[in-house]
Amino acid sequence: MALLEIQDLHVEVAGKEILRGISLDVEAGKVHAIMGPNGSGKSTLSHVLAGRSGYDVTGGSVRYDGSDLLQMNADERARKGVFLAFQYPVEIPGVTTTTFLRQALNAGRRERGEPELDAMEFVKVIRRKTKELGITDDLLKRPVNVGFSGGEKKRNEILQMAILEPRLAVLDETDSGLDIDALKVVSDGINAQRSDDRGVLLITHYQRLLDYVVPDRVHVLAQGCIVKSGGKELALELEKSGYAEFLDAAAA
Amino acid sequence: MDAKTTDSAPFLDRLEAVDTDQPDWAAALRRAGLAVYREEGLPHAKVEAWKYTRLDGLTRSAFEPGISAPDGITVPDGRIADMAGAHRLVFVNGCYRAELSDDGLADEGIEIVNLGKPGAAPGWVAEHMGRVLDLDGMPLAALNAALWGDGVAIKLADGAQLQKPLHLIFLAAASTPAMFQSRHLLIAGRDSRAAVIESHLGLEGAPTFSNSVVEMILEEDAVLDHAKLVDETEHAYHIAATALSLAGQARYNGFVLTLGGRVVRNETRVRLAAAGAECCLAGAYVADGEAHVDNTVFIDHAGPGAASRVVFKGVIGDTARGVFQGKTLVRQYAQKTDGHQLHKALLLSSGAEVNAKPELEIYADDVKCGHGATAAQLDEDMVFYLLARGIPEAQARQLLTEAFLGDVVDEIASPEIAAAMSAALTRRLAGINADHGA
Amino acid sequence: MAMETKTVEELATGEAYKYGFVTDIEMERAPKGLSEDTVRFISAKKEEPDWLLEWRLRAFRMWKTMAEPTWAKVTYPPIDYQDAYYFAAPKTKEGPKSLDEVDPELLATYEKLGIPLQEQEMLAGVAVDAVFDSVSVATTYKKKLEEMGIVFCAMSEAVQKYPDLVRQYLGSVVPYSDNFFATLNSAVFSDGTFVFVPKGVRCPMELSTYFRINAAQTGQFERTLIVAEAGSYVSYLEGCTAPMRDENQLHAAVVELVTLDDAEIKYSTVQNWYPGDAEGKGGIYNFVTKRGACRGRNSKILWTQVETGSAITWKYPSCILQGEGSVGEFYSVAITNNRQQADTGTKMIHIGKGTSSRIIAKGISAGRADSTYRGLVRIQPKAEGARNYTQCDSLLIGDQCGAHTVPYIESRNPTANVEHEATTSKISEDQLFYCLQRGLSEEEAVSLIVNGFCREVLQTLPMEFAVEAQKLVGISLEGSVG
Repeated sequence: MALLEIQDLHVEVAGKEILRGISLDVEAGKVHAIMGPNGSGKSTLSHVLAGRSGYDVTGGSVRYDGSDLLQMNADERARKGVFLAFQYPVEIPGVTTTTFLRQALNAGRRERGEPELDAMEFVKVIRRKTKELGITDDLLKRPVNVGFSGGEKKRNEILQMAILEPRLAVLDETDSGLDIDALKVVSDGINAQRSDDRGVLLITHYQRLLDYVVPDRVHVLAQGCIVKSGGKELALELEKSGYAEFLDAAAA
Repeated sequence: MDAKTTDSAPFLDRLEAVDTDQPDWAAALRRAGLAVYREEGLPHAKVEAWKYTRLDGLTRSAFEPGISAPDGITVPDGRIADMAGAHRLVFVNGCYRAELSDDGLADEGIEIVNLGKPGAAPGWVAEHMGRVLDLDGMPLAALNAALWGDGVAIKLADGAQLQKPLHLIFLAAASTPAMFQSRHLLIAGRDSRAAVIESHLGLEGAPTFSNSVVEMILEEDAVLDHAKLVDETEHAYHIAATALSLAGQARYNGFVLTLGGRVVRNETRVRLAAAGAECCLAGAYVADGEAHVDNTVFIDHAGPGAASRVVFKGVIGDTARGVFQGKTLVRQYAQKTDGHQLHKALLLSSGAEVNAKPELEIYADDVKCGHGATAAQLDEDMVFYLLARGIPEAQARQLLTEAFLGDVVDEIASPEIAAAMSAALTRRLAGINADHGA
Repeated sequence: MAMETKTVEELATGEAYKYGFVTDIEMERAPKGLSEDTVRFISAKKEEPDWLLEWRLRAFRMWKTMAEPTWAKVTYPPIDYQDAYYFAAPKTKEGPKSLDEVDPELLATYEKLGIPLQEQEMLAGVAVDAVFDSVSVATTYKKKLEEMGIVFCAMSEAVQKYPDLVRQYLGSVVPYSDNFFATLNSAVFSDGTFVFVPKGVRCPMELSTYFRINAAQTGQFERTLIVAEAGSYVSYLEGCTAPMRDENQLHAAVVELVTLDDAEIKYSTVQNWYPGDAEGKGGIYNFVTKRGACRGRNSKILWTQVETGSAITWKYPSCILQGEGSVGEFYSVAITNNRQQADTGTKMIHIGKGTSSRIIAKGISAGRADSTYRGLVRIQPKAEGARNYTQCDSLLIGDQCGAHTVPYIESRNPTANVEHEATTSKISEDQLFYCLQRGLSEEEAVSLIVNGFCREVLQTLPMEFAVEAQKLVGISLEGSVG
């Protein structure tokens, strides 16, 4: 049984069908990349998996770790180990990153019946992780994402992933808006978190992230359908020929 | 009527001068106005809406209606808004003067009615007069409703496009204290478009008291550019209420420029009744001597998804006073409202005073509303920077003052109106800085 | 920080108003109703000097000629001032000489409220004056403070022990004629706290008064007076709770602060009077006059308030900035939920040269509540170079509530710089979803975001109060989402 099983998923937004029957399995220990042009439904897929409102699932199913994911609330999914790295992380004025992270971590620990971490213990946990990602203490004291640069926001997302240790990580265009140095830092962060019991769904428009985070499988999403799946070499093929032929395939 | 009533509600005896041979709608309006004015009287210090603007001085001059202007009066073109080529309707002491007007509206196929003879007014006037402005809590507008003498009603048919702007010119000139109460109505049909400019100009002479009301109805998709220039004498009271009602997708671009008067109150009340209605109201004022300039704005978001933006700036010198009262009301069902207000005042001298009350009253949660207000003098660092570049102080101050007010003019949508307002402002500031820079 | 976690726990367990219990204790009361006799009764009970009785009577006679103010944006049925008790006190033979003599029932009550009065159990660095209904029942750490010349005692005790100081300052900031509720308080105030910090002394601990309304049908009218002499400093905290009762109870307090040259008073309030039930039945009418006079050069008064309780709040802690270079600050969080109404804000009156003020007000409305910020910034002609900065932000939760901002800005000096900003918004869906995606429940997320919204204000509170206040923010908004 795969960690995530998506079966013939149909999703509408405001009456318009965006995902038109997607099937996909993500096994623990594997990295799957979903590539596709703008408007293909990539972000819709990530939001539906995370449980954002405003998306109507009109058909199909999503099972996570054997349970019906679509029946769970967004926070329940998160506590059970589904993590979404946002394409556009939101700013929360007045709430420091440390406070936010600790509350999130302890919410998950409570769910799993583990003891909550007090401030001192938490600092120890966070110290280890921040070093690896080159995140300063100053950043942790600032309110969540407020005044962060594009690169800082994305690094903060990866830091949160490192601390919350999800079982399924959905990374939505984590490479967008990053220069080459920041892309390297973020990729290293993701690679460091690859493990046998964690599944990763990497959503991206460009192939360049996949140079750093090498996927096990690549899927091409076009006009709401997965039109082709293959190994990592599929990404290179796309790089050369572009999405045009897949758009035709989807339209056909 | 006992003496006490006369004290708290003066001018009621002037009712005798009003023509009583009136159609029903006019008589009803007068009765309604009379009832409210009798009840509320001339506002005193305890009346919140008039907290900062006192009208006690009104009772010190023996203002009389029906005072005629000196013979041979002409429109001083250099002092009104420069709207060359506009249709002109000229009122002197509140009365329409055909011989000074240049009205080609009929040629453009626009319906226009002189309200001086209400008996001849068509049905649409009867139907809409007094329907936009609620008189409760508006004692001066009520006084106007009771006593109004002349005015104009204009109707733009659905889809009508007024080719040339309409310029309403009000001259005040009297050798004895004169009061006049004009009242106007504009109906802009669906998808119509027009530009209306008012110039209120006081000529030297005895004190005057102008108390006017303008009602405007903008139907769906109508667009109205409206500007008002007030340049009254230092003895003049200018009290005006402009009430607007906007239907869905209608847009109002308003501007109020006050350059002179003893006591000026421009009260603008806008009701955004339906989705997509938009109001952009800006204004500037220059107050010196003993002038008192009050801009009061009430924006009523009564429908969802409407937007309002209100920006006023004032320069206050000598012992003058500036007042800004802005209220944005967002009703419970007016979700997705965007409402913003800003008032900035520049105080030029130690006797100057500014009072601002920018108010929000909000009952819907999904809104973006805000307001800001500041009061300060010219930034001395900026003045010094200009001096250090060799610019004389008077000029430096004028430059900075103009710049301070200048960006409000940028709020005006119509380039033609913006140019006319900007020119009037520059003319006026050249005067004020010549005094202050010395 | 460990305390924040506790907040979440308490939120998760869905805690209601936890201070709603009643203490069963024998009370002594003035006869019901209000007359000159009531005033004389209270004054006689307190064995007051003639001048004070006269002052009370002048206030009472004036009050009879005054009308209740109606300008605030609050509505409530008319109050029958004759249908209430104006004095209630726990029955004791004599005033307690030490904590050992305090009625154990009372000690237990404060224990239950989280305010242990036994000194050995106290949080280090906080001295407490406990006011139960109308009278002060215990003051801790008195000795230690006395050694430094700091007076911290019940007002009734101060009248006896320091009559000259009381006479000099009482009513000097809020005169007995000030307003309807302050005038009523002047006539019938029963007790309160008096603090005097002598020249050059920095009070080494937080002084705290804990107000508790217990008796039914009883108004509470305490009066607090704090005087900080030149170069002194004191931080004062007050907390308030009351039992859950179906009737409305009136709380009309007066607080007067005076700072002389270079002195500073920091006054913090966490107001959690019973707010009434979800339908608006019962709750405290909190009609309070608080005002500070910065009389000395470079003196400073800082008000912080977290208003979460009361059915109706009507209060405007203000600063009169007379001394050259004096500073007034006002930080406020007002949370209204269910049927609560709050009309609160401040007045900053700039009289002296170079005075400055800062106002940060955060209003949160939920349920069917109405919250209004009402404030005045006035720059007098002689206030050369005065500065004010005001920021008012409102947050609405749900479409049945209201949030209003009514600032008055009056400047009569061109060298002054006044800046006012206000915003109204709601919690964005994006913020909420971001928190949910990280595993927080909706209530936790709202509490977190609202705490962030209020952070600038909560930061100004002393540590112990900040923790308490953060918890209250979450609890007050319970049931407002979902």
